[in-house]
Amino acid sequence: MSAELKVIPPNPVEGFLRSDRMPHIWCPGCGIGTTVNCFARALLQSKLDLTNVAVVSGIGCTGRVSGYLNLDSFHTTHGRAIPFATGLKLANPDLQVVVYSGDGDLIAIGGNHFIHAARRNVDLKVVCINNFTYGMTGGQLAPTTPVSAISTTTPYGGYEQPFNLPYLAESSGAIYVARWTTFHVRQITHSMTEAFKKKGFSFIEIITPCPTLYERRNRLGDGLDMMKYFKENSVVRHGAPTREVDIGLHGPITVGKFVDRERPDFQELMTRQIGRTLEALAAEREPSGGGEYVAG
Amino acid sequence: MTTADPAGVLAGTHFLDGDQACCEGALAAGSRFSAGYPITPSTEIVERFAQRVPLCGGLFLQMEDELASSIAIQGAVWAGKKAFTVTSGPGFSLMMEHIGYAAMTEAPLVIVNVQRGGPSTGLPTLPGQGDMMQARWGSHGDYAIIALSPESPQECFDLTVEAFNLSEQYRVPVLFMMDECVGHMTEKVVIPPADQIRIVPRRFTTLPPGEYKPFRPGPDGVPDMAKAGDGYHLHVTGLTHNEQGYPAPTVEGQKNSIPRLLAKIRDNAEKIARWQEKYMDDAEIVVVAYGITARVALRAVEMARAQGVRAGLLRPVVIWPFPEARIRELAARDSVKAFIVPEMNYGQMVLEVERLVGRAKPTVLMPHAGGTVHRPEDILKVILEQKKEVGA
Amino acid sequence: MDAPIKRVRGTVYILADRCKGCGFCIEFCPPKVLAFAKGFNNHGYHPPELVTADGCTGCDLCGLYCPDFAIYGVMERGVMIKEQRT
Repeated sequence: MSAELKVIPPNPVEGFLRSDRMPHIWCPGCGIGTTVNCFARALLQSKLDLTNVAVVSGIGCTGRVSGYLNLDSFHTTHGRAIPFATGLKLANPDLQVVVYSGDGDLIAIGGNHFIHAARRNVDLKVVCINNFTYGMTGGQLAPTTPVSAISTTTPYGGYEQPFNLPYLAESSGAIYVARWTTFHVRQITHSMTEAFKKKGFSFIEIITPCPTLYERRNRLGDGLDMMKYFKENSVVRHGAPTREVDIGLHGPITVGKFVDRERPDFQELMTRQIGRTLEALAAEREPSGGGEYVAG
Repeated sequence: MTTADPAGVLAGTHFLDGDQACCEGALAAGSRFSAGYPITPSTEIVERFAQRVPLCGGLFLQMEDELASSIAIQGAVWAGKKAFTVTSGPGFSLMMEHIGYAAMTEAPLVIVNVQRGGPSTGLPTLPGQGDMMQARWGSHGDYAIIALSPESPQECFDLTVEAFNLSEQYRVPVLFMMDECVGHMTEKVVIPPADQIRIVPRRFTTLPPGEYKPFRPGPDGVPDMAKAGDGYHLHVTGLTHNEQGYPAPTVEGQKNSIPRLLAKIRDNAEKIARWQEKYMDDAEIVVVAYGITARVALRAVEMARAQGVRAGLLRPVVIWPFPEARIRELAARDSVKAFIVPEMNYGQMVLEVERLVGRAKPTVLMPHAGGTVHRPEDILKVILEQKKEVGA
Repeated sequence: MDAPIKRVRGTVYILADRCKGCGFCIEFCPPKVLAFAKGFNNHGYHPPELVTADGCTGCDLCGLYCPDFAIYGVMERGVMIKEQRT
């Protein structure tokens, strides 16, 4: 070993973090940090101008992501990241706006905003960290919790049919829909880089362990056990019909890129429609061949 | 002095109702972004805006509900735009969380409430003044806002511009408390040429990234603003936070931030305050009224004067913060014998007057059901009764 | 004499005090060169350590998996190794 001082190369993702706020609050074995790693690498690979990347999150464990990212980041109210992001994006279309939030925040209290933004095809990249629970508040039932799973508000086991998020996203109008688990780190990164290139509502669901709450209460082991479960039980089916990708308490998890289609985004639709109408109105006032506009 | 962008100014003399005038005020103030949800009697404001603003390079979004509207405008604010939304009672209640978020994150914006009879669905097409206390206290926690109360379509124009100016100057949400009567009444509205309309522009920071702290106050207690996309790597959160914007959810964190938010308005109350006085120099019976009720009260005061009774009118125009100093002053004046507070509710702003006047002089509430205004003769009756009671 | 085989070599850098001992890096390291250290970090967790130094390829899969940004791998220059084939 040479005697000279070895220069330690920096962590390629350190620049994306607010290092002065590390270590973060997420539990040992929680997968949220893993997804943030993927996100940072996706940003690096996409060579996006980071000045123009803004992250909007809601409330919950995943909501804390915005606070740890060294980008323009907005930690908004519960369920309302998507409408905040809509205002941000439409007021400055040059921004690449990413919504990064959890299943409870985006789909329960935020459900209405989710379906409308997808319907409108607002140009937002929505990363939904799905851990099947409300983590921050202690592990309550979420609209994604599988039937019969235990949660603090369904101590005898749940009995509500959960949402199938890719199905919901596709039927609402999303132009890009993918699902991975935190085991699929390279695929998550790849999907994120693909989503950055789309112009419209893009949705990536990432199944993530919540070892402290969901896993513990349902005897599913710890974070590592869940990661192994994801590895053993994920079935990659690109292009699978989204109505078939429900998730149960046990059993396979269908992952892959399910939807990748094109349609004009909200901004374009708005500009086109208003522009067209204004042109027609102007033409009415000035018929071709010159002449004055005559009232009546 | 910064003046209005002519693109948004419909200069001239017009015949407009309060809603239409409010829309013109927003455009004149430089607002090029609104998000809203239909609710009677406010909808016309954004309907007009939706038609007018694309011609000035802006946009209006109809959102799926008031929760979305009140936060979408905050996204636009952090992208650098002047933004506003409109609503009435039921929507105002839905917006409360986001009013708190705007106060906590010090987001300049305007929320218009064209009040209707309440509570709940209430009287959708009829006026009320029942949201006044809610305007001050409706969201949870300790925070301060500014609220204005116009009494005419002309004021709906002028004071909307003022509302935007105040929001930028104090980096605070400003609530524009119209009522359905003023909103749907049509009167002459004079819109001055753009170069005669004073605008307070957003005070963007001149510090470079790294030095700028989004919540560090300037000498006036107000931090400079910034926007996404300028390299500041802002972090904005509703959690109790420090000057950097980072969460500081502790007792110390609260002590270091919340008092400043309150002081920002309280310590500047005298500068922010605006009220109008008529016949007050020698008034013995002071009528305190706001919004449409003030116009009825003025008639009553003049009827009293015609009978030789020394009545006067004090009309708060900025209603939050309430003109505390002036009321206390009047209460201490020997010649002032009583206060009468007519309002189109069952007693809200009267609580402020009572608080400030104390036991020294009587404060008489004249409540009125939502749905229509007081009759001047009813207010006159109470003025005369008070004159007799206090032997003025 | 056979031609030399080019191997990729790397190493990991560990910010021990960020680690929460989840075990992802150890489990998913392809050449399996990481293991829990015997010692504790400031928070009472066992961080990982590189147990087979010349086995690390610097692929940084550990870095990609780590939820705590506590480890990352760096690829060093490809190293020529003369190997005997039997």
